Amino acid sequence: MDFNQSADENLFDHARIIGKPHTRVDGALKVTGTAPYAYERHDVADNPLVGYPLGSSIAKGRITRMDATAARNADGVAAVITALDIDELPRAKSNVAKLFGGDMVEHYHQAIAVVVADTLEQARAATSLIEVEYEEIPGEFDLDDAWKRLQDRDVVSHVGDVDAAFDSAEVTLDETYHTASQSHAMMEPHATIADWTDGKNMTLWTSNQMIKWTRKALATTFELDPANIRLESPYIGGGFGGKLWLRADAVLAALGSRETGRPVKVALPRSFIFNNATHRSGTVQRLRIAAGKDGRITAFDHSAISHTLPGGSGEDAVNQTRCFYAGENRRVAHHAIDMNLPESADMRAPGEASGLAVLEIAMDEMAEKLGMDPVEFRILNDTQVNPEEPSKRYSDRHFVECLRKGAEVFNWSERNTTPGGKREGQWLIGQGMAGAYRGAPTMDSGARVRLSEGRLIVETDMTDIGTGSYTIIAQTAAETMGLEMDDVEVRLGNSAFPAASGSGGQMGAASSTAGVYAACVALQGEIAKCLGVESARFESGQVVTDDKRVALRDVAPNEELVGEDTLHFGDFKDELEIGTFAAHFVEVAVHAYTGETRLRRTLSVVDAGRILNPVTARSQVIGGMTMATGAALTESLNIDSRRGYFTNHDLAGYEIAVHADIPEQEVIFLDTQDGASTPLKAKGVGELGICGGAAAVANAMYNATGIRLRDYPMTLDRMLDRLPDA
Amino acid sequence: MKAFSYERIDDAAQAAARAFEVSGSKFIAGGTNLLDLMKHEIEMPAHLIDINGTGLDDIVATDDGGLRIGALVSNTALGADERIKRDYPVLSRALFAGASSQLRNKASTGGNLLQRTRCPYFYDTAMPCNKREPGAGCAALDEGADTRQLGVIGTSDHCIATHPSDMAVALRVLDAEVETVNPEGQTRRLTLDEFYQLPGDTPNVENALEPGEIITGVVLPAPVGGRQQYYKVRDRASYAFALVSVALIETDDGKGRVALGGVAPKPWRRDEADAELGNGAKAVMEKLLDGARPTDENAYKLTLAERTLAALLAKE
Ligand SMILES: Cc1cc2nc3c(=O)[nH]c(=O)nc-3n(C[C@H](O)[C@H](O)[C@H](O)COP(=O)(O)OP(=O)(O)OC[C@H]3O[C@@H](n4cnc5c(N)ncnc54)[C@H](O)[C@@H]3O)c2cc1C
Ligand code: SF4
Repeated sequence: MDFNQSADENLFDHARIIGKPHTRVDGALKVTGTAPYAYERHDVADNPLVGYPLGSSIAKGRITRMDATAARNADGVAAVITALDIDELPRAKSNVAKLFGGDMVEHYHQAIAVVVADTLEQARAATSLIEVEYEEIPGEFDLDDAWKRLQDRDVVSHVGDVDAAFDSAEVTLDETYHTASQSHAMMEPHATIADWTDGKNMTLWTSNQMIKWTRKALATTFELDPANIRLESPYIGGGFGGKLWLRADAVLAALGSRETGRPVKVALPRSFIFNNATHRSGTVQRLRIAAGKDGRITAFDHSAISHTLPGGSGEDAVNQTRCFYAGENRRVAHHAIDMNLPESADMRAPGEASGLAVLEIAMDEMAEKLGMDPVEFRILNDTQVNPEEPSKRYSDRHFVECLRKGAEVFNWSERNTTPGGKREGQWLIGQGMAGAYRGAPTMDSGARVRLSEGRLIVETDMTDIGTGSYTIIAQTAAETMGLEMDDVEVRLGNSAFPAASGSGGQMGAASSTAGVYAACVALQGEIAKCLGVESARFESGQVVTDDKRVALRDVAPNEELVGEDTLHFGDFKDELEIGTFAAHFVEVAVHAYTGETRLRRTLSVVDAGRILNPVTARSQVIGGMTMATGAALTESLNIDSRRGYFTNHDLAGYEIAVHADIPEQEVIFLDTQDGASTPLKAKGVGELGICGGAAAVANAMYNATGIRLRDYPMTLDRMLDRLPDA
Repeated sequence: MKAFSYERIDDAAQAAARAFEVSGSKFIAGGTNLLDLMKHEIEMPAHLIDINGTGLDDIVATDDGGLRIGALVSNTALGADERIKRDYPVLSRALFAGASSQLRNKASTGGNLLQRTRCPYFYDTAMPCNKREPGAGCAALDEGADTRQLGVIGTSDHCIATHPSDMAVALRVLDAEVETVNPEGQTRRLTLDEFYQLPGDTPNVENALEPGEIITGVVLPAPVGGRQQYYKVRDRASYAFALVSVALIETDDGKGRVALGGVAPKPWRRDEADAELGNGAKAVMEKLLDGARPTDENAYKLTLAERTLAALLAKE
């Protein structure tokens, strides 16, 4: 199906199931611990061997010697494969660091060996028997140093005359900010069972967000025909972008299986999630804003750097500044600096999460300079067109309504406006807000639906990373076919199924449901053909034509009817700016003596087109806000700047928000539809929640204390000496 | 994890004798710290002696009005004990500020005292650490190191790690004593100050226990009364080790005691600092933290300790 123009009124505007609250169809499996995660697929691979990786203990250099004799002779060991045993494996485009092979070391904990044994304990014990000698090469690990050295700026875009606008501006802001490197820290580590026993046909049961991409990456890495590779990833215990790519778990399991002729399973140890897998790069950002006394912004000038291994793209923190607010003159520049830390790559709202964490503090600072309310300042500078390219209008943007609704529900007008002016006992109380923007891209997405005996099976390689894909896909299929939720079974994450968008870039929900809709329409065509009619309606489990009603189960008894299609998104979208918007409001308490910051309540008002399921969508928004809280207050991969690695590589040292950190979180969805997005008029919300959330916390801290922090995470040591006298 | 043998011994003195006899032995109580360390191959005992059957799991009154806490009393049971909550509230509060409820259910009194440091370099066997491997060097003292969590006082040129226990800070302020039995069956009692050793040039030696010697319990003296508080400062609201913690007892006569956690290789207390309590937090800290040697990254702990004590002393 081609989607070449904005959707008109259609069945989803009169929906029975779409847009209604449905709890997760996979919920029972999750809470009873019976959802089959990759490492536990005992049903498919009986009694696999277990692989355990060894990581490099230096950040950069060359391995000069490896001796695995003792490991090979250890109890239960079936095979040891070291990096010196094989040539460097070809890198897929999506891999910056090599995944295995060869003597060069590019980052700390890069995999340099895998031990395969009967049990995890045996494999783990044997890895420590491998002797390794290195020749170390000094590396670059300090982003601040790079920022200081930075001379010319790679301008990404420049519209108008920014320098002139600043020269003539009545009010200006010019500040520098830092965001920290962050880990996805998902609950389930990367894990794979590989069966490549014949060295020809490879089957992987794995935990991966992108089936199609990863199959391709495997084909490149092992120089195989993709047709010989099968991937299954039906349940994923969190990804946040960390599982978009082929990673070492799959590669090591595959190598182990080929070597031993048996299925092999590998889960990355927790410490590997931080230094072997990918992370979000920290940033240094300078942001300048110019405005007239009337509060109208005349110019933005945003430059940022992030780190990457050579060949990668880092964390582009300036993108949203190009289009979120009005202003005639604008310039953005981003440099991904080559450094020798582990591989930085996408993490939930790559770019925007870091960029809005800064832009939205700057907006708060600017409002204060102007003597304006931060909500009104944003309303005044709203835009309905892309300010870089005013001919490009926003397809559907209700940011102002988010702001107004949020202010009303949060009781914003009642807040204390004197920073540091409200105290309850030993706690300083503050309120802050921030805007949020995230693009709403879509990607061609396919599905197959099979109808037999009145029951529908949906098959697509779309993944569910805990987001609710199973549920919204079942809703879409039930809605389109006139069935009930119970009549639909959804099967995901299998390379044997039609290729879908996968889960990434907050495009999965909108794209994959559109693909399922297309497949259902194809099936409707098959059904009509069977009945010899041109068209039909589908309701209450029946096909309704002008002169008859036939139960779906009776259309073709004893036969399976199949519809398969891919929804292709047309390029009419390129003429439009399609995005999602939100306003976050936060109340914090900051301890006047110790500087501990605790959230008291949060509210997010969201404009993201049709909300397919308010239950699962709400989980996404509050989850994003929770992650933003971590980013604001605690989450930082600490760098040992001499040894070049992240030191706090466990979940005791890398502090994500815990239950006690998260208070009441309220979410309001505006009732909007964006016909330019998909036939369902839906957009994603998976990443919107994390956008701007950290800045809302930061602005509330400023309101509480009168101390403006510009470096994340905003831990107490950054403000202790500026708090009121004890 | 290295292979090890395992046995269970249900008598403390016999367990001590056996531990002395079998080289590379370790006791296991709740296992919440030891097993983690074994998986990382930071601890590699050849033999584990399970002491969970020794019956050291009650809290009984002593003749002089105090309490004897068995070494195997869980952190949960101890914190929830009515006598502890009433007469030693600083201890109950410290316990409930530690770890998580699941961990506290397993964690024992003896094991809590002996938990190892949370220095990030101690936890990474690729890094030099004198505590793990005497003479290897100390990664935390190198330029560019991550030291925000580490110690500011009582440290040495060989190790700047802290002792992470909350419980021990409260025990120190309560003048509790550790009771042990050695392989010959002799018992002795040590104050917490005597029990914990400063790192000096042997940071691998953390306490005064002799080979085989086992902790049988902790003895609390008769209640001192007063206003008892425990304030644990951390970045997140739960499930995190202290940046700084303060245990405070203020008695009606205007006197009191103060001990700090998160700053030193042992719960940190000095008599001369206690004597300053009437003169406010600054005066106390001048004595208590005199001689501190913080790093750039953890110097904030000095300010934080003072401000946290001030918060406890403030009557608001
Ligand atoms: C994620 C996490 C967070 C934590 N957070 C905190 C916190 O915030 N605050 C805090 O205070 N603690 C915290 N802890 C530590 C926890 O309190 C300890 O792990 C626990 O108290 C150890 O008790 P255990 O009985 O499990 O000891 P084990 O692990 O069984 O033993 C620890 C050590 O003590 C020795 N040992 C045990 N009993 C005896 C005995 N009777 N005599 C001689 N030697 C003995 C063992 O040989 C071993 O060396 C945390 C732990 C974890 C894993
Ligand atoms: S501070 Fe102590 S524990 Fe940490 S690395 Fe140095 S010697 Fe080891």
